[in-house]
Amino acid sequence: MHMADALISPAVGGAMLAVTAGLAVYSASKVKEEMDEKKIPLMGVMGAFVFAAQMINFTIPATGSSGHIGGGILLAILLGPYAGFLTMASVLLIQALFFADGGLLAYGCNVFNLGFWSCFVAYPLIYRWFTRKGLSARNISWGAIIGVVVGLQLGAFSVVLETLASGKTELPFSTFVLLMQPIHLAIGLVEGLITAAVVTFVWKARPEILAKTAIGAALGNLSLRKVLTALTIAVVLVGGGLSWFASANPDGLEWSMERVAGTAELEAPEGIHQSLADLQERTAFLPDYSFKSSDEEVGSVTVEETQASWPAVDAGTSVSGLVGGALTLGLAALIGLVISRSRKKAGSITAENAV
Amino acid sequence: MSHHRVEVRDLYFSYPDGHEAIRNMSFSIYHGESVGIIGANGAGKSTLLMLLMGILFPDGGEIVVGDTRLTRKTMTMIRQRLGMVFQDPDDQLFMTTVRDDVAFGPRNFGLEEAEVEMRVEEALAQVGIPHLIDRAPFKLSGGEKRAAAIATVLSMKPDILIMDEPTSSLDPKSRRRVMELLKTFEHTKIITSHDLDMVLETCQRVIVISNGAVAADGNAVNILSDPELLDRCGLEMPLSLQNCPHCGCSKLSRDRF
Amino acid sequence: MQNSLHQMRLLDELARRPNSINNLHPLTKLLTTLAYLVVVVSFGRYEISALLPLVFYPVILLAFTDLPIGEIMKRIGWTLPFIIGLGIFNPLFDHQTVSVLGFSISQGWLTFLSIFIKCVLTVAAGVLLIATTGMDKLGSALRMLRVPKIFVLQLLLTYRYISVLGNELARMLRAYSLRAPGHKGIKREAWGSFTGNLLLRSFDRAQRVYAAMCLRGFSGDYHAGRMNPPERREMIFILGWLAFFIAARIYDLPAWLGSLLTGVIS
Repeated sequence: MHMADALISPAVGGAMLAVTAGLAVYSASKVKEEMDEKKIPLMGVMGAFVFAAQMINFTIPATGSSGHIGGGILLAILLGPYAGFLTMASVLLIQALFFADGGLLAYGCNVFNLGFWSCFVAYPLIYRWFTRKGLSARNISWGAIIGVVVGLQLGAFSVVLETLASGKTELPFSTFVLLMQPIHLAIGLVEGLITAAVVTFVWKARPEILAKTAIGAALGNLSLRKVLTALTIAVVLVGGGLSWFASANPDGLEWSMERVAGTAELEAPEGIHQSLADLQERTAFLPDYSFKSSDEEVGSVTVEETQASWPAVDAGTSVSGLVGGALTLGLAALIGLVISRSRKKAGSITAENAV
Repeated sequence: MSHHRVEVRDLYFSYPDGHEAIRNMSFSIYHGESVGIIGANGAGKSTLLMLLMGILFPDGGEIVVGDTRLTRKTMTMIRQRLGMVFQDPDDQLFMTTVRDDVAFGPRNFGLEEAEVEMRVEEALAQVGIPHLIDRAPFKLSGGEKRAAAIATVLSMKPDILIMDEPTSSLDPKSRRRVMELLKTFEHTKIITSHDLDMVLETCQRVIVISNGAVAADGNAVNILSDPELLDRCGLEMPLSLQNCPHCGCSKLSRDRF
Repeated sequence: MQNSLHQMRLLDELARRPNSINNLHPLTKLLTTLAYLVVVVSFGRYEISALLPLVFYPVILLAFTDLPIGEIMKRIGWTLPFIIGLGIFNPLFDHQTVSVLGFSISQGWLTFLSIFIKCVLTVAAGVLLIATTGMDKLGSALRMLRVPKIFVLQLLLTYRYISVLGNELARMLRAYSLRAPGHKGIKREAWGSFTGNLLLRSFDRAQRVYAAMCLRGFSGDYHAGRMNPPERREMIFILGWLAFFIAARIYDLPAWLGSLLTGVIS
């Protein structure tokens, strides 16, 4: 579920980075305010724990496949929402840097998708609600399972929105949603069960660990109002960023369709396109609507330039473009080889001199 | 100098689950002494160390370091004078380079960066690993970690060194190195250990803890060559003092010290 | 698990070698990488050859640092499945066709190729960043960007303890597998206890680390130590690359190059 850089646009990436940065600064100040900076070593070690725990293969009975843990809600349960959010953010950063699990530009999106929903929505609104009357194996389990499932659904849906808003993929909204949500429902169920098992175990073995956060000492006053405020800000930022792009094209989507197709509606050719188009028609809630980015006007080789030569889109697929492309690649490889060879030679020369 | 003195007076401590870990413990440790604190597992050694460092607070009695009573208010000041080396060096090496770990203490004292760097180099030289200054802790061997952990405490220039099982899990050469290192320190040393041979070599005085109370307090050789006393406290004699495995003759009969 | 630890160790080691790129100020590399990512990702979905000149950045950096290209390839490989999974829909759903050298293919293939190239470039840039900078220097760079101290310190702690906990987990998994031969993972009955045990051990370790930190004067504040201010060569590095990125973004360099060549020939 980690988003890669290649699938997002700078607008979406930048907006989400801003949102995440804001949340992080807010969380850090809350942690400090509540004197929970003493928690920092706990946050660090728990972050390492989640990282390690994500590697554990949990065998799902009767299927033979294995499930894994994400960790957002678990961290929130153990550390409180603010510290949990920051910890999740650091785990994701390490994953992005060392394993390319999630891009750097997409980091903001990933922290939001995997951290915000679990720590600031699912934890306070679901888990805490279930355990409001006190901790018991039942409350914990239900709270964890439903919390994780909801958190993951929201996260998955965010991925859909972010990807489509970036406009790098042709996938229609409905199909995308139908793909993402059920898969993450299953993933969420498994993760929820695992989380429930772990939290229950901890609660039975060392209840004082959970008691600290259950009292709400570290929770502060996370009200629904604040959550909604944060969400609204996020939506405004993202929406604002995108509409800035869209406003350059007065009619937005209809416009791009018309210029590309010459007609406002496309006729689908036969074969797989036909069946997919039928599927799309049947499942779409918004049948005539499919997100397309309007970043065409930013690039140098744009659709409008070649309108006269429709349907051929000049994406550098003309001869000169291809030749130039090949030359560029060749040049890059050559320069790279030359540099590394000369460095190796210089290295061996100095080695000889040293001897 | 009085500020190197550690006094424990009528100390009592129980854990939340009711277990009485320390019962009416009293002793004094003077400037420059090397004291080994020994006892069976669960006797209260670790608890005592935590009380000395102010990680736990006693239910009764008091701890006086120099002329200052250990309270929540005086804790920070006293901790500048006591340096504790943990049993597991990984708990103490929490930064990403050895340099940052050794510098952690001095930096928290607010020292100038130039002074910090000097202290770091000094401390690492003292423990014999100046070349590891930029190494990441996960790349250190057991002995190197132990040395680095000691350096992290040395850089704070404490008057009193407290060490929890300094030779545990070390291979023989590393153990020997740590022991030689300990012998060079002029600080007041309080060492807990199961390694009775090491205690015999490095400490002049031994306090035996049994069931949360002081069972014996005196000269190291005397206590460690008293098999009945040691047996009563759940211990046995150091291997170097036990009867020769070949001929069975007692090593105590010879004048070793 | 061991594999992941090994990966992290490897990258950390690579970053510690002294060479011209590694010695650069971490903030320089961070900002250049971010600028690169923004530029790469900002290319339109149909621009392919215009995108290609940006390959110079990773190639040149690679050449100067002797980074094993396999590390980059590996990570591209890990990222590709999801990208391909989503991207493959492009040729299927895009009903426009385009003619390439006389063949008529779905436009979606172009966008797919575009995504693919962007994936390669962005992953390469990310790997280059961490493999030339290392985590602790990156932490200092983040501090310079005014990222909250709490976050940076706990990021470094997380990084530090991943290897410790990873080894503990490896031992636990080994012990488990010796008593559950043939099992590929933790079975349902042990989900809670196995993970819970690791959690409790981690929790206890955190307490000890906290004690160790307090005993050395920790009170919540984090002092990072001195960081050399950026030198002039850093500015040259950033500005030089930035100029190149922008030029490559605005002008379709390969097309120009190609037309030069074809113009010469014809």
